[in-house]
Amino acid sequence: MHNILLSIDAGTIDWSRAQFALTAIYHWLFVPLTLGLAVIMGIVETKYYVTKDTFWKTAAQFWQRLFGINFAMGVATGIILEFEFGTNWSNYSWFVGDIFGAPLAIEGIVAFFMESTFVAVMYFGWNKVSRGFHLASTWLTGLGATISAWWILVANAWMQYPVGCQFNPDTMRNEMVSFAEVALSPFAVSKFCHTVTSAWIIGGVFCVAVCCWYLLKKRETRLALESMKIGAAVGLVAAVLAAATGHKSAQDVADVQPMKLAAMEALYDGGNGQGLKIVEGIEVPYALSFMATNDFNGYVPGINDLLNGYTRPDGTQEPSADEKIERGKKAIAALADYRKAKAEGADEETVNTHLTTLNENMPYFGYGYVTDKEDLVPPVAVNFWAFRVMVGMGCLFILFFAVILAATCKFPKRLWQKYDVTALPAWHYWTAIALVPLAYIASESGWLVAEFGRQPWTIQDMLPTWVSVSDLQASSVIITFFIFLVLFTTMLAVEINIMLKQIKKGPQS
Amino acid sequence: MTYEFLQHYWCFVVALLGAILVFLLFVQGANSVARSLGNTDEGRRLVYNSTGRKWEFTFTTLVTFGGAFFASFPLFYSTSFGGAYWLWMIILFTFVLQAVSYEFQNKLGNLLGPKTFQFFLTLNGIVGPLLLGGAVATFFEGSNFIVEKGNLISTQFEITPVISHWANASHGLDALLNPWVLVFGFAVVFLARTLGILYVMNNVDDEDIRSRGSVRLIGAAVPFVILFVAYLVHLLLKDGFAYDPETGIIFMEPFKYLHNLLDMWYLLVLLVIGVVLVLWGIVSTIIKKNENGGIWPAGIGTVLTVLALLLCSAWNNTAYYPSTADLQSSLTLQNSCSSEFTLRTMFYVSLLVPFVLAYIVYAWRAIDKKKLTKDELQDGHAY
Repeated sequence: MHNILLSIDAGTIDWSRAQFALTAIYHWLFVPLTLGLAVIMGIVETKYYVTKDTFWKTAAQFWQRLFGINFAMGVATGIILEFEFGTNWSNYSWFVGDIFGAPLAIEGIVAFFMESTFVAVMYFGWNKVSRGFHLASTWLTGLGATISAWWILVANAWMQYPVGCQFNPDTMRNEMVSFAEVALSPFAVSKFCHTVTSAWIIGGVFCVAVCCWYLLKKRETRLALESMKIGAAVGLVAAVLAAATGHKSAQDVADVQPMKLAAMEALYDGGNGQGLKIVEGIEVPYALSFMATNDFNGYVPGINDLLNGYTRPDGTQEPSADEKIERGKKAIAALADYRKAKAEGADEETVNTHLTTLNENMPYFGYGYVTDKEDLVPPVAVNFWAFRVMVGMGCLFILFFAVILAATCKFPKRLWQKYDVTALPAWHYWTAIALVPLAYIASESGWLVAEFGRQPWTIQDMLPTWVSVSDLQASSVIITFFIFLVLFTTMLAVEINIMLKQIKKGPQS
Repeated sequence: MTYEFLQHYWCFVVALLGAILVFLLFVQGANSVARSLGNTDEGRRLVYNSTGRKWEFTFTTLVTFGGAFFASFPLFYSTSFGGAYWLWMIILFTFVLQAVSYEFQNKLGNLLGPKTFQFFLTLNGIVGPLLLGGAVATFFEGSNFIVEKGNLISTQFEITPVISHWANASHGLDALLNPWVLVFGFAVVFLARTLGILYVMNNVDDEDIRSRGSVRLIGAAVPFVILFVAYLVHLLLKDGFAYDPETGIIFMEPFKYLHNLLDMWYLLVLLVIGVVLVLWGIVSTIIKKNENGGIWPAGIGTVLTVLALLLCSAWNNTAYYPSTADLQSSLTLQNSCSSEFTLRTMFYVSLLVPFVLAYIVYAWRAIDKKKLTKDELQDGHAY
């Protein structure tokens, strides 16, 4: 009975991936607005605290109401994500749970309790606690959400760049050896900064769009103008920071996930001085090399180079996919031999020989489960276009926020003095409103790049998706997938409708 | 700190989180009787607004309970969640429905209508405690799973080497065929309901709700006490899942849980104090007029009782997640925990817990010092 090895239906793997992707995509519809609005409502309430003008209190309560409608859905979809690691990826949960579980637990202890405690004070404490305590609660709600983002992105970054761990052949899992390396991984820092600033962009776009709607309807003019300044300022700072951190993220990817970068660029044959494609056929010379290496003539490997092996700029050789697969199989075989030798009480030398072979080949352990090297190539078209949508929209938002901020603050005065922001032609306002769905598409595109780009790996080079999955019938996962799809879609429709009605009612409701 | 100490320490932390979670199920319990506690729409809104100020604590504790289990005992996370798929999925579905129901139910533009979301709250109020209680009961009754870590290195099969699997296709729902799992599950349902009524009577300043609460309290507390006592007697008399710490061999031991309570007398004391406090909270509210503070002794008693039971399932060389399909696959603190390094690191993180509890209590007191009234529903943020 103990040697039963299960053959998992390939459908289970794909449906489990689809279910996780569905949950993550829906979750990421709500979280960025939570993070973005947290900053905006914090600034608005700070204005109230400083000026004691009740206008700012009304404005803060208005943004907090919209925050609350969105917040609940973020919480609801978040719980599913955490538990799906166990329900759908049980092998993964054991294989790296020793490392991966810690950030999730810390997220709960440090961030979720802060968020859930102070969000209650923010909503129900207006007439019960002092203004200072209330303001602190509002900021702590946002801080809790942001700390939560930190820990979940630490966990995600570790999957993309596994550090601070060591494989233990006796327990058959990876174990943490350095918490600092896991928690302060440079990959995690870049990822956090890029992700959170991109979320602030969503908050800024949403805030500006709501304000534009009021200006279009010629109502709530003061709220619209004042909030628009805040939304545009937050958005502009965020968009510039997102560009800077995006550059750093690209370099991280070039260093540790070169296949992802190659897929993002649809680069099959790499080399020095590579150009960045705008679309197929049009490229900015040397820009890809600069983006990846900070050197206009830097070497960037392509998909074929990565599959067939290549010589790095420092003269060392990157093995081909076939060699990696071979070495991965050696690692798995050595692990089996090691366990067998220990179980049979073999002498120390025999045991150590197997252990040495395992350790020598351990960096390629995950490749041992790969049967076709083509499986190592992530979906190129998705990565290529998602990356372009994300970057293109990010550049557009820098321009958008700069214009909105300049127009609302009338800076420079000479340029803007003739413009009355409250009485522009309607299409100006509609353009700003139309950017809301585009901002979400850009944000989701970022996630597509991050997650599609690392396929087939659940943990880079260590564990492919088909070894991470739970032993489930595909039918079970299909049923839960469609239940989630219907549930989340229905709730999204309800949320959007409530949000629109709430905006229509205005701040005095 | 030895590795063994850290294993027991983390078992304590997870058990404490579980115990607090069971106490916080008063949110679910009150929602399950909201329609009868509130005689009018306004009365029902009072109940929902009262629990609506606490639901996030329950939710967060559930998530943290899961996260702490994952970090400290990953093999449980892997085996139970991946194996008892349907049991956990149904629990999660109902909690997702609950999470959105408060905010959405009475908002303009709610496409499904308030009654739909109130139904979701009721559904979560019954199914959540029932299945969570059922899941806890499997710690004593066992589950149908097999674990074989060696599967990861087998190369004779084509697709996936999974280390743990459920021994039947029901993926956790088979637990509900065990009548003792149902007894414990329903005991938790009625406990949650009892605590919910006590909480609402304390938190809401409304005569009608309080007088209706004291009547409905009897209807919830009596079945709870009967079911709980029945399960406790069964537990003390049943064979338990023990293991030899030297060899790791798991075996059945007659009266194991009774032995555990006798060997660990402090857990027995905790259990007795807990039960007495719960009964005191219930009885004092029923017999004394104008007594609305029963939630405090009953709540503290619940935490102590559940803590004692959960520790009884795992300490003293007991397999806390036993397998009825393959006894040697059963999970113990030894064979399912994280590495010593991770447990030690997380030990330092756990020192933040008292600080977290302190600010929760401070914030909770700040918003609860004035009891909820109908007037407050008209003034300020209300569900």
